[in-house]
This record gives sequence, C-alpha cells and structure tokens, in this order.
Amino acid sequence: MVDSGSNGAVPSTPLLKDELDIVIPTIRNLDFLEMWRPFFQPYHLIIIQDGDPSKTIRVPEGFDYKLYNRNDINRMLGPKASCISFKDSACRCFGFLISKKKYIFTIDDDCFVAKDPSGKELNALEQHIRNLLSPSTPFFFNTLYDPFRKGADFVRGYPFSLREGVATAVSHGLWLNIPDYDAPTQLVKPLERNTRFVDAVLTIPKGTLFPMCGMNLAFNRELIGPAMYFGLMGDDQPIGRYDDMWAGWCSKVICDHLALGVKTGLPYIWHSKASNAFANLKKEYNGIYWQEEMVPFFQSVKFPKECTTVQKCYIELSKQVKARLGKVDPYFNKLADSMVTWIEAWDEFNPSENMGAAAAEVPNGPAQGK
Amino acid sequence: MSLNIEDNEVDIVIAALRSDLTAFMEKWRPFFSRFHLIIIKDPDMEEDLQIPPGFDHQVFTKSDMAQILGATSINFSGHSCRYFGYLVSRKKYIVSIDDDCLPARDNTGTLVDAVAQHIVNLKTPATPFFFNTLYDPFCKGADFVRGFPFSLRNGVECVLSCGLWLNIADYDAPTQVVKPNDRNVRYVDAVMTVPVRAMMPVSGINIGFNRELLGPALLPGLRLAGEGKQRWETMEDIWCGLCTKVVCDHLGLGVKSGLPYVWRGDGVDAQGAMESLKREWEGVKLMEEVVPFFQSVRLPRTAVTAEDCVIEMAAMVKEQLGPLNPVFASAADAMVEWVKLWKAVGSQGA
Repeated sequence: MVDSGSNGAVPSTPLLKDELDIVIPTIRNLDFLEMWRPFFQPYHLIIIQDGDPSKTIRVPEGFDYKLYNRNDINRMLGPKASCISFKDSACRCFGFLISKKKYIFTIDDDCFVAKDPSGKELNALEQHIRNLLSPSTPFFFNTLYDPFRKGADFVRGYPFSLREGVATAVSHGLWLNIPDYDAPTQLVKPLERNTRFVDAVLTIPKGTLFPMCGMNLAFNRELIGPAMYFGLMGDDQPIGRYDDMWAGWCSKVICDHLALGVKTGLPYIWHSKASNAFANLKKEYNGIYWQEEMVPFFQSVKFPKECTTVQKCYIELSKQVKARLGKVDPYFNKLADSMVTWIEAWDEFNPSENMGAAAAEVPNGPAQGK
Repeated sequence: MSLNIEDNEVDIVIAALRSDLTAFMEKWRPFFSRFHLIIIKDPDMEEDLQIPPGFDHQVFTKSDMAQILGATSINFSGHSCRYFGYLVSRKKYIVSIDDDCLPARDNTGTLVDAVAQHIVNLKTPATPFFFNTLYDPFCKGADFVRGFPFSLRNGVECVLSCGLWLNIADYDAPTQVVKPNDRNVRYVDAVMTVPVRAMMPVSGINIGFNRELLGPALLPGLRLAGEGKQRWETMEDIWCGLCTKVVCDHLGLGVKSGLPYVWRGDGVDAQGAMESLKREWEGVKLMEEVVPFFQSVRLPRTAVTAEDCVIEMAAMVKEQLGPLNPVFASAADAMVEWVKLWKAVGSQGA
C-alpha cells in the first residue's frame, strides 16, 4: 500500500474483479463498451437485453459476459417474471437478482468515460469501488464532504463517536453533458448541459430522500440488493422513468432503518444521449403527479423493530405501499404485489444469503463462470 | 448569477483578534469597499487597531460595548466579540469573516468575491426537504433533477450561508496534531442545502446570514473553560450552529453549505496543536454529550420567531444538558441573556 502522505500517491483501489458484476440494460447495441474497455475488461458483464428477443445485440470482442433476453427472463423466473418490466431499463434489476457477486455496478449504454477538468479520463468504476469500500457518515453532515477522501477529514465540531461511520450500501454517480432532467425541464431547457465538475462525494443524511438515477450506480448487493427492485414500468404500465426513483426511495428508507450509508457525487460519466422529451413526458406524466404522494409516503415510512433484514423491510414496505398508496391508483396495488414477487424471486435465487445490516459476515456463493 | 445586491443591505462584521488589519483589509478591499463594516475589537486586546483608509466603517471597543450593553453576564472576548457586531447591525444581511482569512482563488485562478457569493446564497431559495443531486438548482447551468417533486421546487428562504476554507481547513486540535501539514487544496464548486434534521458543524470563520429572520439565533452560548484565541480552541460557533440549525429546521428556513471559499492562513505546528489540544479537549468531550440532545430536540409549535425558539431551546438545554456539565447551564443562561440583549439593543430598526 502506498503511503498517503501529503504528496504521496493515492493508495491503490482493489479491482474486486471477482466480486463485482457490471449490469447493463440495452435495447440497441453495446458499442459504448469500446470506450470503457480499459476499465471494464477485467469484469464479468451481465447484459439484459430489453425489447425484441429475436434481435441480436452485438457485444464487442474480448469481454466476459452473459446476455439475457426476455425469453431467458421468462424461462428462469416462470410466473415470477411478471415483476420484471418490459420495454424499460427497469429490466436491469433482473441482472441484480441473478448475480452472484457482492457488488454491482450498473451503467446505461449511452454513458461514456468523462474527463476531469485537467483532461484526465475518469475511471468511474474505480471511484464507485472507493465509495463503497469506505464508510458513510449519515448521522452528522461533514462540511468538507467525504472525510475519508485523501486531502479531507472531519471538521472541527464533528463528534468523534460518529467518525467511524457506517457501511456504505449505495454509491450514486453523476453525469456531465446531458443532465438527468425530467421531461418538462427538458422541454424548457433543451440545450442545457451540465458542465460543472463538482469534486465531491458526500453521504446523504439519514432521513433525507433523494432522486436516485440508475444510469451510473453501484451498490453492495449483500447489504441492500433486495431493495434494488426497479418496479413495474414501461409496456402495459401507466408510468415510466420512475424505476430508479422507486428503487432509490425504497432503498434509502431501508438504509436509514438499518444504519447503512448512501453516497452521491463522484464519479461522473459523460451522458451522450438526450432522450426524446415528448416521449418522456408521456411516460412520466403520471409519475409527476404521483410523486407528490409517493414522496410524503416515503418521508413518513417507519419500520417496526422486527424488520432486521432488507427482505423483511421490503415486505413490510410493500404492505405499506398497498395500504397507503393503493388509494392513489390501483397501479400501486399491482406494484406492491410485484414487490413481494420480487422478494420471492430474490430468495429463490439467493437462498444462502441473509441480507442483514453490516455486522453480519456473509459467505459468498461460488463464483459463476470466469 | 446577476442578482442585485444593494449596498445598504449588507453589513460586514469583523472580529478583530489581531491589531493590524491592514493586510487583511487591503486584500479584501475590492469586495468589502462598497459595504459598511462593523469592526469589533477583542475586548482583551490592548493595542489600537490599524485600519487602512477608504472604508466606511465603525469600530467598537471594550468601552463602547460596555456603554451599549450595560452590565451583562455574556463574555464577548475572543471570537465571541463578533456577536456584538451582529447585535448592533441594522442591515438585512451580515457577512462575517475571520481576520486571518483572505480572498481565495477559484479553479480558474479568479479571486472569489466571498461577500457576493454569500448574498447570492441568501437571496436564492434553499431546498431542505429533498436532496437535489445536482446541488444548488438555482445556480446557472443547473436545475432540479428528474424525480425532485414539483411541489418542493419553490424552496424556502435561505437564512444561513456557511462557506468553506482553502489552505488551513477548520480542523479540531486532535486532527491538527495528527496532520499538521495537511492543507485543503480541493475547491469543490458547489453550494448545497443542508437537509432538514441533518446536524452539521457550522464554522464561524466564513458565514453570511439573514439578520432579520435569524438574528437572535446566532448566539454566543457555549464558552469552554479554557477557551483560547485560536479557532481550534473554541466551540462557540459549533454550539451556535447546532442551535441555529434546530431553529431553522423548526421555522422552515434553509441553511446552505459550500461556496464561497476563503483562503485561511496561519496554520499551527504540531507542538502548538498539542497546546491547543489541552484547551480544546474539553470541547471535544462536550460534543459527545450534546449529540443525542440535538438529534431529538423538538420545539413547540408556539415558537414562531427565532427569539421564541432560542428561549425554548435555552430551557431545554438547562433542563436536559445542565445536569451533565455546568458549561451547559451557563450556555442556557447566556442564551436567555442574549435574547434580552437582542430585544433591548438588537431589534430596533430591524
């Protein structure tokens, strides 16, 4: 390990190549992987092919990957496949379900390598790993952001008893170029580009909700996996583009309950494609109204103390969704049911794992493939 | 951001803990000169202040303070003298910067107008009820992200702006003993709202606030038995900030943190830090005792002004923390006394 003195090199981040899967939903092609090759090549990729399963998705040579299309999802889950969305990137959570690794990094196929202000290419995956391997600090805000980053620390007044932090469950990255705006904002500001590189990682405080974007996201599957269900979206559903929001709100309230941390900030990726604002408006339409109900719901969720695992929290959450959001729209009854189906599928595919709080030492299952 | 800042909206309050303010004020001249300055001389300081010409300013010395305040149990010596400046100001906004700080340079090498940035922070809404992942949505080039509820996009009034420091960061004595050579070189180009109910350490080194709405809640309360003249030998601002955040959360007002940076000079060597550690250790221990209190404190709905809130908090501090340590009982008394002073001296014309 290199000494991190004030002008020493940064200690090297472990690759975790046998402990991390990269999950990529796609409906088009995977040409973008070419740019990521130096950073992604050591890892196993789980490709979830959305849309027409008869179409062939071209994967660049030299990657270790497994591709699953709708037929695979139906075959593997049987009737439980109903919980996996079709024609929406929400299908990516199937990849989370079947992975056998401890960590997941998920990225969209229109996200490329970003550069920092000095022009250096950013290894987003390495930064996510660093975020996940260092503690979070949800109980007290540090004004110098992540105190575990080189060159920073806890500021004066930060209680020492809180300086160990808690385990980090989620690392939420950001995007340069096309920002992740909703449809109305896109319509009003079609030319706005995010050019501000904010050199910070920070823990989102306990009790605070945020909009979790799924296009550049990593998490500790053992700590929070079952909560990363991306809901019922897309085809045949009255809502789209709220899959990651839903997963983010569910996982945040569970993290808060189980004393796990959620970080946001670095790494940046370069988001190249602006989706069609009118198409987005159609998908988001109900979401824009329903989020006014969903957010107060999540802000007031309380878990009984018997909810000591992620699965238990999630089942409890599904009951509360049914009881309190069911009256907003029948969609939420279906969603609550699919949340239960998701947990059943999770437990079926991950039988030996006990998704508890950080203290439990979880044995990894045998590594699959390479 | 092209927000209009009126000259007569802002007072700049400087606690003078050193007598020669020439270099400090010359460096800040481009950003200070249009505003009125209130300079409070540390009551413990013997020497006269040296202030360069060309500033619209008023100096308050120990005798001025005694004359205006009369007899008071509050000790305004050291960094706490700045609160006197907050008391006598009649402006809507106050910007307060320690006298060992100079303008910083941003990533383009441009000098940062810390005063203007604080005022921009205070004049644009805060968003404490939901975290925007692109940080300040009112900044040019940013906005609310997908998933941020529309009903929360108006935001609330921002009443406290907490800036940061390049070079010598605001670390406590133990950290400086361990890392005497560490310098903060990372310029994080963001302002963000600190979410409701999140506790935070408010450093008094570089702040701006809305005096009209928040005034009485910026208070000199907690004085360490061995408090010294160095920031890392005090906890007064940390205590003040914890109380202020509770008040803001209760009143539905916002607190921002991030830009502007100032450049803070005058570090300390390891031996000096060890000396400070002997003084500040008490403060470090006290922080442990206050965390559960601030995590759970809830103010009654009848408290609708900052003054009301401070009085309520003082009573709770006395009752719940007073038994743990006499320092807290004194803090509670100081908070009550402060509101009395504020009513007598502070609020006229506010």
